[in-house]
Amino acid sequence: MHFDIDQYYSRLNSGEVILAYKGSISSELITNVLEVLDAKLEDLVIEKSIKKKLYNVLVESLQNLYHHIDDLPETSSGKFDVHFGIFVITKEGERYKVSTGNFIKNNKIKPLQERLDRVKSMSKDELKTLYKQILNNQDFTKKGGVGLGLIDMAKRTDGQLDYKFSEYNQEYSFFNLDIYV
Amino acid sequence: MESIAIEGTTKTPEVRLNPENGVIEIKGRSIPENSIEFYRPIIEWLDEYAKNPNKKTTVNVQLEYFNTSSSKCILDIFKKLESLKKARNEVMINWYYEEDDEDMLESGEDYESIIRVPFKMIEIVD
Repeated sequence: MHFDIDQYYSRLNSGEVILAYKGSISSELITNVLEVLDAKLEDLVIEKSIKKKLYNVLVESLQNLYHHIDDLPETSSGKFDVHFGIFVITKEGERYKVSTGNFIKNNKIKPLQERLDRVKSMSKDELKTLYKQILNNQDFTKKGGVGLGLIDMAKRTDGQLDYKFSEYNQEYSFFNLDIYV
Repeated sequence: MESIAIEGTTKTPEVRLNPENGVIEIKGRSIPENSIEFYRPIIEWLDEYAKNPNKKTTVNVQLEYFNTSSSKCILDIFKKLESLKKARNEVMINWYYEEDDEDMLESGEDYESIIRVPFKMIEIVD
């Protein structure tokens, strides 16, 4: 049975929603979303340092999404836009939750899961050391990234992130990442 | 050698490169999805500048936000400046951060620990 993305989206899209989006993730979309959020965050009464942290996490999570979405093959992607992704920001009590969702090839799950677990388990100092090490030694990947997005977000939020992989079919799963600021 | 002036956008910073007085300024936001393209002309300018640099080069970095893609390009710029310093030129990096922005101060300190150029951390108070 397919993982029900609509159901998952409506579940995310409840409570105090600041922004919710489901569809094609393009560079233009990211620019627009960031502009809207910039204005929205101005209106929210939050400490400037929290606002900055949140904005940084939004930038990295949107760009991670943009760089790492796997598109379903055309035969089964009918109901999804090209470069389909989900992006929802909600307020839960005193915290902000940034959720992203995208398709991922099943064979990529294991290495990603290992990275996520590793980053989650690291202390702030360990994250800082790893960040500097990668920054100083890694070249740009083909996708134009540096492999630092996840570490950066963990560093800023003290590792407050959760993830879930839900099998979609034999080849693809849906990857959900929640980051708490 | 020509100076460079790039206006800032919502995703890219304002950049001023002046060979006359050796002042380099990067200001605003640097959050493009792919920062290599944006920073390429700056890196190329620095290569050219290094051939006949000012006695003293002052770099002012005053960023509100930068993403991880930019962090690599900024390091590349700083590495060029490190070479300039190694060639016995005076180089100073002023790293500005807003009051309470500990993440930005930490980023500056991270660069300071990697790059052998004197840094000055300057807090901007509202």
